[in-house]
Amino acid sequence: MNNIVLSGGRIVDPANGLDTEADLFVSEGRIAGIGEAPSGFRAEQTLDVGGQIVCPGLIDLAARPREPGATHKATIASEARAAAAGGITTLCCPPDSQPVVDSTSVVELIRRREREAAGAKILPYGALTKGLAGEQLTEMAALKAAGCAAMADGGHVIRNSLVLRRAMEYAGSFKLPVLLTPKDPWLSEGGLIHEGHVATRLGLTGIPAAAETAALGRDLALVQQTGVRTHFGRLSTAAGANQIARAQQQGLPVTADVAALQLFLTEMDLWDFNTACQVDPPVRSDSDRAALRQAVANGQIAAICSDHQPHEPDAKDGPMGTSSPGASGLDSLLPLVLRLVDEGVLPLMDALARVTSNPAHILGLEAGSLAVGRVADICVFDPKAVWWFNAETMHSMGKNSPFLGWEFTGRVTHTLVDGRLVYRLSQQ
Amino acid sequence: MSLQLDEHGRLRHFLTTEGLPRPLLTQILDTAESFTGVIGKSIKKVPLLRGRTVMNLFFEASTRTRTTFELAAKRLSADVLNINISTSATVKGESLLDMLRNLEAMQCDMFVVRHADSGAAHFIARNAAPGVSVINAGDGRHAHPTQAMLDMFTIRRHKREFEPLRVAIVGDILHSRVARSQIHALNGLGAGEVRVIAPRTLLPHDIESLGVKVFHDIRAGLADVDVVIMLRLQKERMSGALLPSESEFFRLYGLTEEKLSVAKPDAIVMHPGPINRGVEIESAVADGPRSVILEQVTNGIAVRMAVMSMALGTGGENA
Repeated sequence: MNNIVLSGGRIVDPANGLDTEADLFVSEGRIAGIGEAPSGFRAEQTLDVGGQIVCPGLIDLAARPREPGATHKATIASEARAAAAGGITTLCCPPDSQPVVDSTSVVELIRRREREAAGAKILPYGALTKGLAGEQLTEMAALKAAGCAAMADGGHVIRNSLVLRRAMEYAGSFKLPVLLTPKDPWLSEGGLIHEGHVATRLGLTGIPAAAETAALGRDLALVQQTGVRTHFGRLSTAAGANQIARAQQQGLPVTADVAALQLFLTEMDLWDFNTACQVDPPVRSDSDRAALRQAVANGQIAAICSDHQPHEPDAKDGPMGTSSPGASGLDSLLPLVLRLVDEGVLPLMDALARVTSNPAHILGLEAGSLAVGRVADICVFDPKAVWWFNAETMHSMGKNSPFLGWEFTGRVTHTLVDGRLVYRLSQQ
Repeated sequence: MSLQLDEHGRLRHFLTTEGLPRPLLTQILDTAESFTGVIGKSIKKVPLLRGRTVMNLFFEASTRTRTTFELAAKRLSADVLNINISTSATVKGESLLDMLRNLEAMQCDMFVVRHADSGAAHFIARNAAPGVSVINAGDGRHAHPTQAMLDMFTIRRHKREFEPLRVAIVGDILHSRVARSQIHALNGLGAGEVRVIAPRTLLPHDIESLGVKVFHDIRAGLADVDVVIMLRLQKERMSGALLPSESEFFRLYGLTEEKLSVAKPDAIVMHPGPINRGVEIESAVADGPRSVILEQVTNGIAVRMAVMSMALGTGGENA
């Protein structure tokens, strides 16, 4: 069934260091051949992708589809389709839904919704502790068996260092990576934006850089103590990126990601109380942004994620203190990554690695590679297409993007998940 | 922040003193000066806002500020509605935006807004119908521009020029919208030097970027100043590890005759009120010959008349 040829495209596959113009053959949901058709292959569908780039489907390490719990903001169906339209084929979801992903029944619910959605794959993270309360361990082995790729704090810092240590050790027993979002709960209390001159002018409580670095310090000490593979999500500071780099030099098993918007926005974008740019962790100073770009370029930050947090319009329509943090990010993930290439931050191959092979490696996923025999999760984009990013061109239910009105170069034209065409850009 | 100016550079809303051009700041003071004559008369009214409706939207309790806004509006012959919202709709879960739409349906011309969230006045101005002016009567820790302008008015009456002045603002800068607005207004009017005096726990990060010199020692900070502005210290600041005790704060930063002796002999002492006697200022200073604290309250009416009439496009006729 379902033999597809992607004909005439430029294949860029960071996992295999491949950059070549060739046909790509898909059969039975898997990559069947590159350049040469496998014997006996009869194409049922030929997609002419001449002039376009064919790469592994993107793997987004942090996206919140809001289901279960907040389906007025978005649903798994809406966001799985929006992800597909953005070239993303795997959405990894933090466990802080309602209910929390701390039992296999919640995982099963998510998987059921995923099957109905017919878009990107949904990969839930399990909660490290019951209810993310930071007290009792979850049944991690069962969660893994149900399909959780890693165990995460879901943005709720485990305050008790002993509980965190135990959670890490327990997860490590089952070779489950641990995902932490470093944020000192006391230093960040009540904070709305980066503690800097903009917060001072606007009279808003700041979140100091030390909220990230202090938490990272403790967490890295526990990585050193336990040796458990740990991934730090959504870094926001230059100092935090430095801590990660130093830990890697010492040989600690740590990786990190950054939200794409952190590489483009700074505290200055919050000027005039622009709630669209209010995110957590906050966008910080110009020098933080520069250092994060540097760390992405040299690979110390291995992955770029969307940190997708869709909201209904009302959630952002109010003064800063009453509006909800977070930005809708699925639609802008690939465009922003391509913009990094345009701006000379890193070459295309490396940039695509940050959203394909590297996140796959961090979670130990099979996807993220176009090698023959691998699962056919594929993104095709037109690298020259210039388009306006706005609420109408966005696919996510949440239109709360800081990038409305931006012009992007590079647009997804086709997305395949398990060898099935799940998205095709309609002709305009 | 161009939100508050129209295309001709005239005041449309009054949200912050930051970024306002000096001629506009001076115009506010001059217009206020012209209204002081009105206040002195036995018939204390001018017909500038006759037929206009001003709505006082106070989401935070305030007696003094609300009263002076009300008096100012009445002396301009406007109709005034006071809406105390902490006891009204938001409690019922109505959003700020919905409430705004409802109030606009009552055909008012101006909202005077006080709100506990920084940026609330900006939010309302951005969402208000065209032709409706918003005056910020204090938003969170962000701004309290009419208070700052009445302070500037009081300073100018005593000192005439801003350029030669050294002004010290003492106390809880961190939580103070008044201090932020004063700093922007003083710098906008060309004050020679603006100082802030406080322990680091009561100073926001990188306050120097607002154009001030920082002092932690009040005696060094008050040396040779022309104007001392004391800020109110809320009792709740004793919790949260900002300060050890009221008595230590008073000992280090409370204004006394003795500490004031290093200032210029003709220095004036100001306070936006209400005063905590014995916490940030001793009674001998608050009630003493250099205190202009009660003048500030009186001047508040003329300054608010000036801002309201300018924002509704009628201030020029009187100025």
